[in-house]
Amino acid sequence: MALMCHWKDNIFAKIKSKSSGWRFQGKVSSARLPSWGALFMMRSMEEIIQLLQKNALMPRDEMARLLNKSKDEVEAAIAALEADGVILGYQPVLNREKWGTNTVTAVIEVKITPERDGGFDRIASRIAKFEEVKSCYLVSGGYDLLIVVEAPNLRAAASFVAEKLSTIDAVQSTATHFRLKTYKENGTFHHFEAASERLAVTP
Amino acid sequence: MSIPIADHIREIPRSGIRDFFEIVQSMEDVVSLGIGEPDFATPWHIREAAIFALERGRTGYTSNLGLPRLRRSISTYVKEHFGIRYEPLSEVLVTVGVSEAIDLALRAILNPGDGVLYHEPCYVSYAPTIVMARGEPQVIQTRDEDAFALRASDLEKAIRPNTRALMLNFPTNPTGATMSPEEMEKIAAVCVKHNLVVLSDEIYSELTFDGGTHTSIVTFPGMKERTVFLHGLSKAFAMTGWRIGFACAPAPLIEAMMKIHQYSILCASIMGQDAAIEALEHGETSVAAMRAEYQMRRNYIVSSLNEMGLDCRSPRGSFYVFPKITSTGLSSREFSMGLLNSKMVAVVPGTAFGKCGEGHVRCSFATGLEQIKVAMTRMAEYCSELRSA
Repeated sequence: MALMCHWKDNIFAKIKSKSSGWRFQGKVSSARLPSWGALFMMRSMEEIIQLLQKNALMPRDEMARLLNKSKDEVEAAIAALEADGVILGYQPVLNREKWGTNTVTAVIEVKITPERDGGFDRIASRIAKFEEVKSCYLVSGGYDLLIVVEAPNLRAAASFVAEKLSTIDAVQSTATHFRLKTYKENGTFHHFEAASERLAVTP
Repeated sequence: MSIPIADHIREIPRSGIRDFFEIVQSMEDVVSLGIGEPDFATPWHIREAAIFALERGRTGYTSNLGLPRLRRSISTYVKEHFGIRYEPLSEVLVTVGVSEAIDLALRAILNPGDGVLYHEPCYVSYAPTIVMARGEPQVIQTRDEDAFALRASDLEKAIRPNTRALMLNFPTNPTGATMSPEEMEKIAAVCVKHNLVVLSDEIYSELTFDGGTHTSIVTFPGMKERTVFLHGLSKAFAMTGWRIGFACAPAPLIEAMMKIHQYSILCASIMGQDAAIEALEHGETSVAAMRAEYQMRRNYIVSSLNEMGLDCRSPRGSFYVFPKITSTGLSSREFSMGLLNSKMVAVVPGTAFGKCGEGHVRCSFATGLEQIKVAMTRMAEYCSELRSA
């Protein structure tokens, strides 16, 4: 339990101060171990995050009904998650075949030389700041950074790699893979299974 | 010439649910809360394991008792989840759904005219299965005030000289009733006292909500040797169409049940059995995810029904709610027919599950949230129209 991330503690504290709606207010601030009430709230937080991940636009009163809580409680929890930087933003999941057909997406493996002081961080953040870079991860294995790049067309993507990315001193090599088709993205399927036929009434 | 039908079969009444089903089938765009099976497809890892087994050419008969590996998985699963140990090779029988297991158990223990107790409202096939096994169905009406749990005193009063067995189903279809361990212990004591065999259908046991746990009657003193523990993969693992159930019981009874099973069915399908192994050994996470989803839908449906003035308890198990509709002044059937005809929402009249289901309807929340929302909106309209009429 001691390994539970500190952000959760912060959030309990925040909710305690922000909202009087929560029925279970664990004492968290002094103790390293969350109390029973805090654990209960953490489960609620998990549930709220799961619902938001499925549909961030779900009306809060509907969410409240599903979780047996009041709308105020749900709103306070979400506000706390946002304020604490646990929730960084909300985005639509786009079907690129129906919208923005010319946009190209590439996954690029990047090998870099780490720096004496900053390791990978400084160079990674330098790469991540480019508008074209949509995601940037430090990974284990045969290369160091895995980046996802979006560009309006193939030429723009190629020029980003050749002129911006490869020319950075620390970058040793790149391998670019263009996306051809999306099957599943962030848990959402782009091609749906046919609904099965269920009987209308069964015992 | 018409072919004569055996008396005891002819006398079994048509299922009330089937009548209702045929009306619903004839209509279009009905939102149905009448479905007693999960709306989830079987979790992918289970389907994938079955496909893999097919690719390896596993398409033959299995042992009459079921694949030995599946029986070992069942034994381990039952030990872990219910705290009872059964010998995989002699005390476990794999069947075509729990329905077959119930049929086998009844046929194996009943002589013509033996009485079998069961509690209503209940799953529609219990009484007919008893009749088909040449037994005499003996009903115990449970009460709304007890949330349709079974009272030990009601059980004891219902026992007659010819009573041989008691059928239990907790959590219950259609009421969502669950038993407290204390009351279950009393039931167990009555069964021991009157030397009853118990057939315990625990198909909904994994779908227990609010962090509650399910206590099987088998765990009480003197019960294991007189109980047929019945379970299957249909509900918790969303595997209704695979038709895999199982019975755990003392070896001599399993042997007797196997005799009937081998001559009538031979074995459950190997595809279903292979899928069941994957489900029992690796299905925990999928079950937990589905349970969490059901619990949210339950919360939604219970609060909506209460808001529209239909008194509805929050069930601690199964995926059914059984709201009371007496405040509308209608009977269960009138309410359900009216709702179907005017709002195109199907719920099942409580009377389909026994006389004491009158005044209630069964709504299943094994239906997607979007459907539930539409159904609740339309039902609320229906209720307010009834009140203002």
